[in-house]
Amino acid sequence: MKYLDEYRNGDIAAKIVAEMRRVQTRPWVLMEVCGGQTHSIVKNGLDHLLPEGVELVHGPGCPVCVTPLEMIDKAHAIARSPKVIFCSFGDMLRVPGSDGDLFSIKSLGGDVRIVYSPLDCLKIARANPEKHVVFFAIGFETTAPANAMLAWRAREEQVNNLSLLVSHVLVPPALEAILSATGNRVQGFLGPGHVCAVMGYSEYDPISARHRVPIVITGFEPIDILEGTLMTIKQLEEGRATVENQYSRILTRQGNLPAQQLIGKVFGVGDRKWRGIGSIPMSGYHLRDEFSRHDAEKLFDVAEIATLEPEICISGEILRGLKKPHDCPAFGALCTPQHPLGATMVSAEGACAAYYAYGRHLNPQGADKLHQIVPGPVRDDVSVKPREEREYTHAGR
Amino acid sequence: MPAAEDDLKTEKTIAGESLTPFGSCPIPIFDHKRIVLGHGSGGKLTADLIDKIFLPAFRNPTLDKLDDQAVLTIRGVRLAFSTDSFVVTPIFFPGGDIGRLAIHGTVNDLAMSGARPLYLSAAFILEEGLAVDDLSRVVESMRGAAAEAGVQLVTGDTKVVNRGKGDQIFITTTGIGVIDHNISISADHARPGDKIILSGYIGDHGMTIMSQREGLEFEGAIESDCAPLNGLVSAMLATASPTNDFIHTLRDPTRGGVATTLNEIAKHANVGMVLDERTIPVRETVKGACEVLGLDPLYVANEGKLLALVVPEMAGAVLQQMRQHRLGHDAVIIGEVVEDHPGMVLMKTEIGGTRVLDVMFGEQLPRIC
Repeated sequence: MKYLDEYRNGDIAAKIVAEMRRVQTRPWVLMEVCGGQTHSIVKNGLDHLLPEGVELVHGPGCPVCVTPLEMIDKAHAIARSPKVIFCSFGDMLRVPGSDGDLFSIKSLGGDVRIVYSPLDCLKIARANPEKHVVFFAIGFETTAPANAMLAWRAREEQVNNLSLLVSHVLVPPALEAILSATGNRVQGFLGPGHVCAVMGYSEYDPISARHRVPIVITGFEPIDILEGTLMTIKQLEEGRATVENQYSRILTRQGNLPAQQLIGKVFGVGDRKWRGIGSIPMSGYHLRDEFSRHDAEKLFDVAEIATLEPEICISGEILRGLKKPHDCPAFGALCTPQHPLGATMVSAEGACAAYYAYGRHLNPQGADKLHQIVPGPVRDDVSVKPREEREYTHAGR
Repeated sequence: MPAAEDDLKTEKTIAGESLTPFGSCPIPIFDHKRIVLGHGSGGKLTADLIDKIFLPAFRNPTLDKLDDQAVLTIRGVRLAFSTDSFVVTPIFFPGGDIGRLAIHGTVNDLAMSGARPLYLSAAFILEEGLAVDDLSRVVESMRGAAAEAGVQLVTGDTKVVNRGKGDQIFITTTGIGVIDHNISISADHARPGDKIILSGYIGDHGMTIMSQREGLEFEGAIESDCAPLNGLVSAMLATASPTNDFIHTLRDPTRGGVATTLNEIAKHANVGMVLDERTIPVRETVKGACEVLGLDPLYVANEGKLLALVVPEMAGAVLQQMRQHRLGHDAVIIGEVVEDHPGMVLMKTEIGGTRVLDVMFGEQLPRIC
């Protein structure tokens, strides 16, 4: 595909990995922040390409995964109302609340719809004046501009049968929380490419400086991720800790200013609960008071809903990079994408779901055979043989 | 797994309460109490329904094979017998319509046993208010599709339901065909060493429907690949061979796509598979549409493609034979059957890594970002 194929090229990947091998002198633990990056890593098997001692742990950047159970329950309570058309991004439909998921609510007659753009809700609201349309506005800074635009236009155009259930979270406070936690292992970050396309990356400078940690804002294609990893390793090996931009074809230091202005007009910053992590101060967006008419939490009687998270699920530790999916005894057996127990199994972008889909069964024996069987050039410098110490290559279901 | 102590702790927690394993934990949903759309996706939820509801009720050796068609021997004649219902929105789409789909869907299910499809029935459920012109268009298209596939429609039924109780038109077709005695093709015949042949570009049908539904327009139009595969299968079976049974398995990767179909075969035959992503043909437009919608073409439906598992020494000859046919000239070998990791399909990725290609569990859902 034009503009994409060059970022999925095996020969370029091999060269970057060779360069990693050249510069790396000791083990490093890096975290990719975004769910989209995690997805790309496991979908393309990138973790098997990395040199020994370069460990990628998966960060908290899956918006579906970190939406707290309590908020899911609020969404479900609203979606059950016969007067409501409940609109959501696709993968939110499968997330179980205390009693079923949005698919189940749909099967009981609830009007639940998948939208690709939040702005589709304007059309739906106008076409259904007798109904109230609620959009489940979740996500990081990436989805904030479009969600903000929906609230803005609903107010400007007086589409009064439209509201947003907002559960927006922010990346920098989460990184701060990870780095400040006891037992933190993360030494460098692959920063969130799409978040920074909106917000720019200057707000990462103080985090990098305070914790002496390199942050390389990174894209989502395999070559992006390998290159971002290489840049981070180089900083670590050279004893540097700055913010760098691997994804320069997309983003600039200041980001998308009109989008930031819009976000500022619609949303205010406040404390937010994160599924699996808990409450983080000043880590999310809320609709400003001027948009109360379009704030579903104020329009519907859901304030009393307060659901606790399951205790055994280790998704909090996975989201903070302390554990890997295979460290969880429920992984792949009791906890699967069909029946997720926790945040990280919920969305395709969650670390556990990504492992389940693409990496759960690969054992050293099978992978050796794979190397022999699959046609195509065999590169000496890129082996698909997994390493013994990678615990996830051994675990079965 | 970390320490032995942790193992014990988890054992206890999980075994202690098997129904609500996590005490006060309100999740997970182990079973849907009602039918959800995912039950019709062709993925894991569909399989669950078959395993838990249908198989226990109707169990018999023919059904247990879970092929796309039943193979019956009646007074020495081997018959293939299959049925399929068609519900699609919109009913007319680039490259086809619900009528053409209904004919070719059943023809293809029959052909995947190596049968010559002969006769079909068609049952129509019409929604009150459907334009008669639309019905005529669908029926005319079915006539053309039947002629193209060389089958006759010999019996049928019509019902009308209240407005809002259906979606314009639902069609169920059932078909029979005859299988030559020297042909034996089934999912459970797959053997290690078999080459996996794919007859052409994947994802065309599913992405056509998706982009129509979403109102998306892409550079270079996508058309459904809806086509009758019985001619291609005949050509494949006519490959000159010293032995019979050189084609072990045939499947058309419809709902759930290539990934789900190969997983089904791997599970039935208890074999592993290894694919090479670089060999799998996907049109640029389909790739682009999948990128935009956050979908994976390996899980997208096809209506005119087949997967063949062929003994290695005949794979080249079968491939040549396919490439001479109109519906097979982009055919390629995409991988092979292996002894290792039975029941699982692995894929070597474009970039040189490896991944598990799993069954789809419900509807393929677009990802948020």
